[in-house]
Amino acid sequence: MMSSQIIPSLSAAELADIDAEISHAPYKAAVAIDALKIVQSYRGWVSDESLKAIAQHLEMSPAELDGIATFYNLIFRQPVGEQVILLCNSVTCWIKGYEQIREQISQHLGVGLGETTTDKAYTFLPVTCLGACDKAPVMMVGDELHEHIDRNDLTQIFRSREQAQ
Amino acid sequence: MPVITIDNQEYSVKEGDNLLQACLGLGLDLPYFCWHPDMGSIGACRQCAVVQYQNTEDYRAGSRGRIVMGCMTQVTDGAIFSLNGDKASEFRKTIVESLMLNHPHDCPVCAEGGECHLQDMTVMTGHRDRHYRGKKNTHRNQYLGPLIHHEMNRCITCYRCTRYYNNYAGGKDLAAMAAHDHVYFGRHQEGVLESEFAGNLVEVCPTGVFTDKSLVNDYSRKWDLQSAPSVCTHCAVGCNTLPGERYGKLKRVHNRYNDEVNGYFLCDRGRFGAKFVNSDKRINNPGLRDEHGRYNIIDPHQALHQLVEACQGDNNIAAIGSPRASVEANFLLKTLAGEQHYSPGFNAQEQSLAQLALSLQQHSAATIPSIKDIECADAIFILGEDLTHSAPRIALALRQSVRNKAYALAAELKLQPWQDAAVRNLAQDQRSPLFVAAVTDTRLDDIAEQCHHLAPDDIARLGYAVAEQISGKANASDEPANTIAQALLSAQRPLIIAGSSCGNAAIMQAAAAIADALALRKNENAGNSMLCLTLPEANSLGQAMLSPNEAPSIEALAERAYKIDTLIVLENDLFRRAPAAVVDKLLQSVTTLIVLDSLETPTLATSQLALPAASVAESEGTIVSLEGRAQRYFPVSECQGERRASWAWLLACLKELGHPEAANIHRFDDITLACSAAQPMLKGITLAAPDHFYRNAGVKIPRQPQRYSGRTAMRANVSVHEPKQTEDDETALAYTMEGLNRHQPGSLLPFVWSPGWNSNQSLHKFQTETGGPLKGGTAGKRLLDNRQNNNNQQKNSQQAVATTAPAAFQASAGQWLLVPRQRIFGSDELSSYSDNLAELLSDASIEINSADASLLQVKNGDGLSLGENLACLRVVINNTIPQGCAAYSVGIAGTFNLTLGQRVSLQKASDWQRPKQADVIASDGGAHV
Amino acid sequence: MSTQLNDPLTRPLTKNIREDRRPTDMAAYEANDGYQSLHSTLGKRSPADCLQIIKDSNLRGRGGAGFPTGMKWSFVPMEDATPGHKYLVCNADEMEPGTFKDRWLLECDPHQLIEGMIISAYTLQADIGYIFIRSEYLLAAQLLREAIADCHAKGYLGDNILGSGFNFELHVHASAGRYICGEETALINSLEGKRANPRAKPPFPQVSGLWGRPTIVNNVETLCNIHHIVQHGAQWFQNLGIGSDAGTKLYGISGRVNKPGCWELPIGTPIRDIFALAGGMEQGYELRGFLPGGGSTDFLTPEHLDLAMDYDTIGKAGSRMGTGTMIVLDDKTCAVGFVKNLVEFFAQESCGFCTPCRDGLPWSAQVLDDIQQGRGTSEDMNTLARQIGFIGAIGNTHCALAPGAMEPLASGIQYFREDFERHLNNGHCPLCHEHNPKGKHDSQHKGQQGVSQGVAS
Ligand SMILES: Cc1cc2nc3c(=O)[nH]c(=O)nc-3n(C[C@H](O)[C@H](O)[C@H](O)COP(=O)(O)O)c2cc1C
Ligand code: SF4
Ligand code: FES
Repeated sequence: MMSSQIIPSLSAAELADIDAEISHAPYKAAVAIDALKIVQSYRGWVSDESLKAIAQHLEMSPAELDGIATFYNLIFRQPVGEQVILLCNSVTCWIKGYEQIREQISQHLGVGLGETTTDKAYTFLPVTCLGACDKAPVMMVGDELHEHIDRNDLTQIFRSREQAQ
Repeated sequence: MPVITIDNQEYSVKEGDNLLQACLGLGLDLPYFCWHPDMGSIGACRQCAVVQYQNTEDYRAGSRGRIVMGCMTQVTDGAIFSLNGDKASEFRKTIVESLMLNHPHDCPVCAEGGECHLQDMTVMTGHRDRHYRGKKNTHRNQYLGPLIHHEMNRCITCYRCTRYYNNYAGGKDLAAMAAHDHVYFGRHQEGVLESEFAGNLVEVCPTGVFTDKSLVNDYSRKWDLQSAPSVCTHCAVGCNTLPGERYGKLKRVHNRYNDEVNGYFLCDRGRFGAKFVNSDKRINNPGLRDEHGRYNIIDPHQALHQLVEACQGDNNIAAIGSPRASVEANFLLKTLAGEQHYSPGFNAQEQSLAQLALSLQQHSAATIPSIKDIECADAIFILGEDLTHSAPRIALALRQSVRNKAYALAAELKLQPWQDAAVRNLAQDQRSPLFVAAVTDTRLDDIAEQCHHLAPDDIARLGYAVAEQISGKANASDEPANTIAQALLSAQRPLIIAGSSCGNAAIMQAAAAIADALALRKNENAGNSMLCLTLPEANSLGQAMLSPNEAPSIEALAERAYKIDTLIVLENDLFRRAPAAVVDKLLQSVTTLIVLDSLETPTLATSQLALPAASVAESEGTIVSLEGRAQRYFPVSECQGERRASWAWLLACLKELGHPEAANIHRFDDITLACSAAQPMLKGITLAAPDHFYRNAGVKIPRQPQRYSGRTAMRANVSVHEPKQTEDDETALAYTMEGLNRHQPGSLLPFVWSPGWNSNQSLHKFQTETGGPLKGGTAGKRLLDNRQNNNNQQKNSQQAVATTAPAAFQASAGQWLLVPRQRIFGSDELSSYSDNLAELLSDASIEINSADASLLQVKNGDGLSLGENLACLRVVINNTIPQGCAAYSVGIAGTFNLTLGQRVSLQKASDWQRPKQADVIASDGGAHV
Repeated sequence: MSTQLNDPLTRPLTKNIREDRRPTDMAAYEANDGYQSLHSTLGKRSPADCLQIIKDSNLRGRGGAGFPTGMKWSFVPMEDATPGHKYLVCNADEMEPGTFKDRWLLECDPHQLIEGMIISAYTLQADIGYIFIRSEYLLAAQLLREAIADCHAKGYLGDNILGSGFNFELHVHASAGRYICGEETALINSLEGKRANPRAKPPFPQVSGLWGRPTIVNNVETLCNIHHIVQHGAQWFQNLGIGSDAGTKLYGISGRVNKPGCWELPIGTPIRDIFALAGGMEQGYELRGFLPGGGSTDFLTPEHLDLAMDYDTIGKAGSRMGTGTMIVLDDKTCAVGFVKNLVEFFAQESCGFCTPCRDGLPWSAQVLDDIQQGRGTSEDMNTLARQIGFIGAIGNTHCALAPGAMEPLASGIQYFREDFERHLNNGHCPLCHEHNPKGKHDSQHKGQQGVSQGVAS
């Protein structure tokens, strides 16, 4: 079955980044995960259309690529907010008050875990141990790690970010 | 042979096997899910756990031993296991309980119920009480097309589906998604499954996730199905099938295991196409055309009388047989009409190619391979065939052949072939070489080392060039011939495949030349070369054997200038075989046209007398597959309406006529016998299966399983009196559940079932070892078996092999060479009548390359008219097609006036209506929520 | 981080690491003996010599299992009959709950890892290397990429390194997030761009790994040791350890201690000393137990504090040294919640390949949740015991993830049964309440005992 669907192409920058990975891979499909991450870094998430475009570029089927995309925690197959909040829910952070912090963030943002704020500013997700247990409780907001978060910090984190925007 | 101890008992087992295989081979019940005899082990389900002890002391000391997976543990001499110890059985029980956490309690409404491997294993492990109190995970189902129904909630995550679909069958559109207990097997988006072998999912899935949609929609339990050993009639490969019926209606077709032919798998044409027997185009009553041209139903006696009348006295009779009808029916027809007036039913091109295929195979110094042999090939060259569409099961076999490279690499690391994941990880994309030379892209291109898209004569030329390279007669720098030749020469078991698809004799000749050159090569592997030639229909080769070269083709009959009083056509639609002009000419010279067929074909529609023939599901017969294997099929159900087996109509007629040759023929077996005596090449057909005298422990073989239910009730709406079960005088099978379905010859296996094993996995109870022959022997009799005697390589062969290559193809201005585009769904006549496949059939098209398209000023979807009103077809631009060639959909309505190899003019069709773009695939997803 | 000014030769791994965690750049690294081992080894000593030193050093893998590195390496075919690539992979996936040691090495001294990898690759004659780093270690990945570029500029990476004829390419691969990627064969599948399901062994990666080729996977800390050992000798390394094990070890503590952190100490340092470095328990908290080496190790209790932190001693005490980073259970934290958190983590992170893990862990988690929420029954303790036997043994599952999950559960029940019983009997637990003040407890479910059992499936 030949498909004549028009697949939105990847941007030149995305292609350049993906091709750089391909240049040292034994075959194109080997960079599937890198390619997903690259496209996600530009678009925030991997839509069905992006997925098809990547699959086409890597000479794999959308099903194969989707099987990979959906396996990994940090490939987003649904739209996310501008910032993704990854709150560590593993054991040390849990001991140090994860549940209260989760409640507070939820209250502050008005969304629960797995949800995106209505203004699309934040998506609030749990994450497994961030490897910073000595500074528990921790979370990442976007690319930034926040250590020793407690009630005050929280409001500060969000206030400063909101002001910056 | 290693000796192992299982629960205090010693067994000798096969070197290299895993313990699970060994146990099943020994008849021990060890549950499993993810393992499959043809796909090996991955160790995912952990169901086949046993306990292994380090040594005797360890065992005696009452050690707890350690859990190992049977499927992942190679048997080694002296190893000590326990299957039935508490530790192992507790573990296996907990596995099933875990698999059941999210499994719905829907057995009563599940299509798999009663033949569910999961049910069997649940009972076998003794799991009954549920401890889990959590909520079950649920999934959304997908629309996967008209053939397969998806019910993901039933999934137990054994990974068999994707391993089969992707790894074994080369499909790309089904995948395992997500992780942990959310793993989901499906497509990226809803849509028709793309693989031509998707139907095997139904049998591969151990529970009811993938089920046969047509069965789901018209359902019977396995135990209520009456079945009989049958043979697929939709191509020449001859896969063995198990059709199941109830109420006289074919419900489904399952695979019938034959270790040398189809193994565990069928193609979708065979599995779903067989439903043509339920088509409303079937005819039930004899019909006679009255003076107003209307058909009137007549009763069978009258019909027979009419038939006899028409054949009486000095009436000038001619008969046309059929490569889709049985050897027996054709033989009787030939007897009735007399040799000179009998045409085997081929058109001229088919006839010469079928004869050529026969003679090349008879005289080849190479082996004629079974499919199992094909799977052993380690270098393959395909000339002129798109096998996935012309001989599908062979294409599936070739996907396994190319893995021989992987097995060789694995052997270096002492990895057994059943260590599936490990072998794949090791070999990655390294494959045994497969070369394709074809007129278009083919469905095996993805596993080919090289694909050459050439005009038919150029394919033959490449073939000859390869043959010359092999015999050292040519310049080594000639590429690609040299590369192909070197790959074949260094292979241990090279295989050459060609066939009649292109309508080009030179291609087959060239293929035979290569195979012979390989067989005669001077290296340690000389002799191990294989030649496989495909033909289009189920009994094409049988017809070639039955009728010598001089038999008239359809065209030849038409050319005979005399009047034919009576023309009898047996199961053949002439309008598909020859241009309408030829058929019309023939029919104009005929006074009375009598057609015996199971379907209302255009030919039948023009007949004066129509006789309803039984289909393959209602009759017995022998057909000869492309490897020269004579195989017998048996009626699954009694004839409905006034249908009779074609042979029965013809035999009755011969008897009425008092024909001398019919004097000793009283029943089906006698025809087989008479035919085998009359035609030396068909001598072996009596050995295809036991005759009707065969008894198993004194009784006939039952077609119904012991739990067949409702026998007294199924006719209650008609009469409350249960009729006596129909007697089957013709075969060794009975329409009952009484009898013994064990230990009989393999050709008489009507279903598989064994206590505790209700699913198709009970097969291993019927095999000598997993993957080995059936205990009763492999079904079928090879008539061309040169596997033993191909040592006399110098067989004064060659006579059949033309030694000179044809001239190179030249595109000629304004004329295009017609080449084939085969389609698995559509190119075959019978399966195209199956309702199942209706959605998948597409209209006829013509493919040309873009240079030709711009010359002709056409775009995709435009119309092209061919020759002088020969056809008008939709344009598909395909740049793999050589310039000057045009590929049309063979066998699909609208193309029957065309002949392969013909040169025709092409012109943009003026009043062409662009077909509507196919819509986004429909979904019936909501229907089952 | 403690950075006592010891003799750098006794603290090889952290000698460049500063209190402020500023990364050591090429200049600073070289100024402190960096890449000396590279200069003195490549082309000057044979790979076989190097391998012998590693074997003699008794270095054991720091990724958790403690397998002798030299022995692991010796399975790599050296006289390669089938020419092709060989791979060295650094496992920087660090996702084990409670583990934060590799991050320290990666963020503070990336060149140390690179030098270790070059020497390792030279020893193994591997020509391509990957650093498989978890997605969230953004800073570390960036520093590594910069460091690799600096190495290329200096001729330390690439073709014909320092004229030795040895070629080595090094790439950073950032994961897309899954704990199972840390399992070495799953990691290999992930590097191949596939779903990270572990592979069955044999064949071992040393023979058939990445793209079917010989591959070695080692932990960050393991690899950081290599060039030091090659440079200073096996005996030097052996002498660093206190007991039978050799070298130093990064030890860490997290939880309710005064100064959670990570320290490089002689391997075999008594646990009590490590607790001392952490400043003891926080005010108002008492030590009830601890997981010695990450979330998949068995609990130890205060009575084990005098044990030496080495592989064998901790093994004999019924646990594993694992990653050497301890998680503390204090007296205000309920063991049920603690264990449930871990089991849920493992259930969530199961790759979904094998049944006991994919379906068994969620089942255990569900039982623990019921117990915690006050819906538990005494039968549930039997179910848990059965689960532990079912999932807990290596070999029952396809890889070591699921058995790891059972270690804190089994030992948690063994040492802190009273916590479970409190939940079962009272349907309520003040400690858990502390953790979840919003009160998700639903004690009305109490007293459901027996109702939900015995439903045939
Ligand atoms: C589920 C699972 C997760 C693992 N995660 C890691 C990890 O994040 N980092 C690591 O170095 N080793 C991890 N390991 C151990 C690795 O499989 C492997 O043993 C290790 O990388 C080998 O390195 P070493 O010999 O240097 O310790 C994990 C093992 C399992 C079973
Ligand atoms: S134990 Fe099984 S399901 Fe779990 S992570 Fe390992 S392989 Fe995957
Ligand atoms: S059959 Fe052995 S683990 Fe699945």
